Amino acid sequence: MLFGFPLLSLIIWLPILVGIAVLATGGDRNAQLARWIAFAGSIMGFLVAIPLYTEFDAATSAMQFVENRTWFQRFNVNYHIGVDGISMPLILLNCFTTPLVVIAGWQVIQTRVSQYMGAFLLMSGIVNGVFASLDAVLFYVFWEASLIPMFLIIGIWGGPNRVYAAIKFFLYTLLGSLLMLIAFIYLYQSSGGSFSIEDYHQQPIPFKSQVLIFIAFLLAFAVKVPMWPVHTWLPDAHVEAPTGGSVVLAAIMLKLGGYGFLRFSLPITPDASHYLAEMMIVLSLIAVVYIGLIALMQTDMKKLIAYSSVAHMGFVTLGFFLFNAYGIEGAMVQMISHGFISGAMFLCVGVLYDRLHSRQIADYGGVVNKMPIFAAFFMLFAMANAGLPGTSGFVGEFMVIMGAVKVNFWYAFLAATTLIFGAAYTLWMYKRVIFGAVATPAVEGLHDISKREFVLLAILAIAVLWLGVYPFPLTEVMHASVENLLEHVGNSKL
Amino acid sequence: MQTLYLLVPIAPLIGALAAGLFGRYIGTIWSHRVTISLVFVSLIASLIIFLDVLEGNVYNGTVYTWLVTGDTRFEIGFLIDQLSATMMVVVSLVSLMVHIYTIGYMHGDPGYQRFFSYISLFTFSMMMLVMSNNFLQLFFGWEAVGLVSYLLIGFWYTRPTAIYANLKAFLVNRVGDFGFLLGIALVLMYFGSLDYATVFEQAPDVVAETIEVVPGASWLVITVICILLFIGAMGKSAQFPLHVWLPDSMEGPTPISALIHAATMVTAGIFMVARMSPLFELSDVALSTILVVGGITTLFMALVAVVQNDIKRVVAYSTLSQLGYMTVALGASAYSAAIFHLMTHAFFKAVLFLGAGSVIIAMHHEQNMEKMGGLKKYMPVTYWTMFIAALASAGVPGFSGFFSKDAIIEAVGFADIPGVGFAYFCVLATVFVTALYTFRLLFMTFHGQPRMDEHTKEHLHESPWVVTLPLVILAIPTVAAGWFIGPIVFGDYFNNVIYVLPEHDAIEKLGAEFTGIGGMMVHALSTAPFWLSVGGIFTAWYLYTVRTDIPGKIKAVSGPIYTLLDRKYYIDELYSWLFAGGTRALGTVLWKFGDTKIIDGIMVNGSAKLVAWTATLVKRFQTGYIYHYAFTMIVGIFAILTLWLY
Repeated sequence: MLFGFPLLSLIIWLPILVGIAVLATGGDRNAQLARWIAFAGSIMGFLVAIPLYTEFDAATSAMQFVENRTWFQRFNVNYHIGVDGISMPLILLNCFTTPLVVIAGWQVIQTRVSQYMGAFLLMSGIVNGVFASLDAVLFYVFWEASLIPMFLIIGIWGGPNRVYAAIKFFLYTLLGSLLMLIAFIYLYQSSGGSFSIEDYHQQPIPFKSQVLIFIAFLLAFAVKVPMWPVHTWLPDAHVEAPTGGSVVLAAIMLKLGGYGFLRFSLPITPDASHYLAEMMIVLSLIAVVYIGLIALMQTDMKKLIAYSSVAHMGFVTLGFFLFNAYGIEGAMVQMISHGFISGAMFLCVGVLYDRLHSRQIADYGGVVNKMPIFAAFFMLFAMANAGLPGTSGFVGEFMVIMGAVKVNFWYAFLAATTLIFGAAYTLWMYKRVIFGAVATPAVEGLHDISKREFVLLAILAIAVLWLGVYPFPLTEVMHASVENLLEHVGNSKL
Repeated sequence: MQTLYLLVPIAPLIGALAAGLFGRYIGTIWSHRVTISLVFVSLIASLIIFLDVLEGNVYNGTVYTWLVTGDTRFEIGFLIDQLSATMMVVVSLVSLMVHIYTIGYMHGDPGYQRFFSYISLFTFSMMMLVMSNNFLQLFFGWEAVGLVSYLLIGFWYTRPTAIYANLKAFLVNRVGDFGFLLGIALVLMYFGSLDYATVFEQAPDVVAETIEVVPGASWLVITVICILLFIGAMGKSAQFPLHVWLPDSMEGPTPISALIHAATMVTAGIFMVARMSPLFELSDVALSTILVVGGITTLFMALVAVVQNDIKRVVAYSTLSQLGYMTVALGASAYSAAIFHLMTHAFFKAVLFLGAGSVIIAMHHEQNMEKMGGLKKYMPVTYWTMFIAALASAGVPGFSGFFSKDAIIEAVGFADIPGVGFAYFCVLATVFVTALYTFRLLFMTFHGQPRMDEHTKEHLHESPWVVTLPLVILAIPTVAAGWFIGPIVFGDYFNNVIYVLPEHDAIEKLGAEFTGIGGMMVHALSTAPFWLSVGGIFTAWYLYTVRTDIPGKIKAVSGPIYTLLDRKYYIDELYSWLFAGGTRALGTVLWKFGDTKIIDGIMVNGSAKLVAWTATLVKRFQTGYIYHYAFTMIVGIFAILTLWLY
């Protein structure tokens, strides 16, 4: 609550209500109205989220802006929301991304416009709900609800193979989450009837149960992140999703998994987390190296970026299980940064796709001759994707590598191979698509980015550079929470 | 003064942004005016700072806090001392000259503004690198110069060779950076800070600590750190076996070859090791490694230069070899000599490259020396400045290269760590080779009969003043920079900056014998390097002006050796087969087999199929026909009765 005003509820429900209003505009006769309402709503959604940062107290690790009301008294389920230094930056990232995807779909989407725009706004509110929930049932409801808009976005506005991709996405993630629900029910029983996540943090749990709970959570979160080997839904989903869907998927959806580890796995089952840390680290490193190599060989730009997402998210899970401040804060920064960069990369591919309707690298070549401004933006984001210092892509990877070397030199060694592979797959693609002489008559006919596209890419470029040159304001807000988490994870709960 | 420090990197950054973002609005003329005047500002500021440092005003301070995590602060800050001030002057001076030269060289190029933007951005990056007071910012500058180099090598992006070369350069540099970053990570782990001052202060305490990188083998932490850092230097300073990117980088426009691939960026590795002398001094193993790597690079790259016919490639291989000299000097703990050679080399190599560029303009972008010859009378300014630079490069007494190179050779002679014998042989033998390839270039290009076609010959003329002026200005330090060897190398100029262990005192022994530059020149007449150098020049003169038929015969006789040199020891072929090919093959296997077959095929779609198959099976029990169910019930009853009766 901010001055008695339910700010967080507003942040959650405003986009949802606007989304419903957008849906209410009906068919495509009112498409323009739907677009403008969606745009205004998404901007408002971002504006109301700003006080979350400005009024945030970075000195405390306690939950802030807390609201707590009874929902189902009989099962002790509450509408309990609040944020700390871990969830707050993610909410901001989400609210920042929503206007971008609304603008990105402005011209491309010509059918069922109101439903498309509405889906993204609903999605935005629901995801805010996931990050803000402090009650397990509320969390679970938001968590599963977030699947529906994305399922529809892929299934309706997606590419030729969209139905396979949408169902694969849905089943994969749904199966993962079911065990989480069982874990919640177990925790409810053993805590004597509480669904409060903060209660779970304090609750002693025997070792065997911790391991089982950890694995239940792991399935839910690993699929979302996605970790190797449950990552194969992501390339398919990305390839078939429309540009906006890919942006939200990469920038926001994947972060739900990462957030889950920090909010549930580590604090609720600290002993199991330590016990299984090596396995988690190995899986993360496989993601970095193995997926990096696979990304190199992709012939489809979106698939390449999707695989590169998996590799970058490997740094996130690696950072979590190093159990030091470098690792966890680095992983947090990596999540935010990945939101900007992967979003920007998918937008860049979208710009090309809108013009030539192909995602194949081989169909391009020499784009720079016709689209120099676009090429400059794409260069910046490609370099950020390759982790160049001065861009946000470097910060998180740097911190995680610094953290990894403290645990084991070889962890850092394998993680640092991303310096080579990341550059190789990104810049090789860039070379084949952008550089060279004009390769085909279709490329000859390309025209440079429009003002709308320019604004989109410029905003992301500023974000990427700002976070790379001056990440201090971001890390500052999460210190207290991360310190508290580390201390908490250090204490046994047996 | 602190504002001035800030001005040095910021001025070129503003220039880069102005030309890069608004170049198409302000036009070509204003683009170069803005960037050149801002680099000039940077040069003036650097000179004022340099004079200030000479008076003993050293600065070490923070600009802003980049990040705080755990209990570590990562900061952006400046360390202004003799080493950084020297580098700042060299960088801004060469950069300014290259900026001016570019007006002539890039005239009429559609990417004119972009080019100015890039070279100003490069100046900014290099300044951030040399002025840094911590490892983090060093790494920033380190990667940023790599980025600009990538952009500039691929400047003419429609050429397949250029965009191949820039990707290769970036990736090879990244291999070096990979080691460098791990080195930084270990520094942070063992010293708890990335600030130079803190790290150097604690270095003696860490010296006894060991680390087991490979189980069972315990190594000194400091050795591991130094070797990892040096891997970074091998990438940037193009030392064997990470040298392969530098010759290819000649695909970029010539001003860039002069600025980045000769005078500045490639010296980053040398600068870094000199900066880290308090660490490197503590590890003899690391120093020996450096010595051997430097020795190999010096000799073997010089040999390749002898057989090249592309004028820029000769100079490129010469750069590799000269960087090898600097590296050897570092390994011999003669840091001041390495930095001194870095400085003199920056000047004479810039002249050689810019001169080569001038020739290339005159020849209508023909780079093959076999099609040149006799250019002397058409391009006198270019000829004479290049002649001076060639003398400096060959190490003829009186010219700058002589002093720095002689100091290195002598210092290696005095050094006493494993590998020094090999390195000494390499640097000595290379003196002859250097003189040979440098003057081969000069004679093939400027002397003898013209070999170009008539059309080109008709249009031969000296380059405009914007091209020749930088040549003339840079020719001055090409001669004179060497005269300051007394105070810089043997004096106390680097006293509080470079740290040398008492047992690695080659430079000190050398200094004791030093009696002034005149004495050094006289002494040189009785030593091997002088006669090797003269021999090299004479050989080149004889082979390329008197008996021009002999080189062809040598080529025919030497057969495989010539081919080996001409193919650059087949290292490129090996790398592209082993690393590029191997990685791609591995990637394909992991993708097609690991992801598509096993994970997606068996695990994901397989389980979906299993569900479907089970469902089909179970479906048979749900036919909906009453007689099926009745029949099943009867069978069941019989079964139960049988069991019960039995």
